[in-house]
Amino acid sequence: MTTATASERPKPRFDDEDTSGRKLCLICSKGSLDMAYPGLILANAALGEGIETHLFFTFWGFEIINKKTMGALQFSPVGNPATHMPTAVSGLPGMQAVATNMMRKQIAALDVPPVPEFLDLITAAGGHLWACRMSADMNKLTQDDLYDGVEGIISATDFIELSAGAQTLFI
Amino acid sequence: MTVATIAGHNVRVNEEGFLTEFDEWNEAIAAELAKDVGIDELTPEHVAVLRFLREDYQANGETPTLRRVSSVGGFDTKRLFVLFPKKPAKKMSYVAGVPKPVGCV
Repeated sequence: MTTATASERPKPRFDDEDTSGRKLCLICSKGSLDMAYPGLILANAALGEGIETHLFFTFWGFEIINKKTMGALQFSPVGNPATHMPTAVSGLPGMQAVATNMMRKQIAALDVPPVPEFLDLITAAGGHLWACRMSADMNKLTQDDLYDGVEGIISATDFIELSAGAQTLFI
Repeated sequence: MTVATIAGHNVRVNEEGFLTEFDEWNEAIAAELAKDVGIDELTPEHVAVLRFLREDYQANGETPTLRRVSSVGGFDTKRLFVLFPKKPAKKMSYVAGVPKPVGCV
């Protein structure tokens, strides 16, 4: 044990240069319940570290920001060997609903919010949400169909410009 | 482990400067810790958040995450980012004299 005077006692360096200027872009391309969370959790963690964070929703990832589907994402055990469920069983009628319910409960038990509330949290923390132009056109969706916090529907080129200098993850 | 003198009190801190003994904290110490992380003045609003962190830590043995401070403590997330800029979870736990939160969300 050592004794430190006021001037030399250890102090955290939360505002050092390590994170200033760091930027994270997450491309969310999947629309299943289990694949929505990795992007949301990483975004939230990055924001909590003071990192500029953008989420770009494309293809099936649109389910996460589509007002009609965002609260009802599903988890399917079919074709997922990590569930350790026999293939013949995972495809039975009703199994997807059972598996989805189970996963929702597990997520809630960890005090992790449902998808719409998670988006509220991310936007409140200063995160930026963007929708993919081509996906919107394919699904005939406009800004009105999307979660209110989505800042815009942008093209692939716009996203490439936006993500200049960022660390980008495709999920 | 280091003994540091903060606001005239001798307190135990870890290598990062976090207080290690829950009961050694007081508001005068908090005011000094706040300055370390760029908060010049602790307002009653700051103190209300710190009190929640300490009560919740004492009740559950775990520092509440940012999400919990908002969902259980009732503090607005946007406001927390204003009160404890950039890294609210780490900053508020440091000033409140509790460990860094370990939860993911």
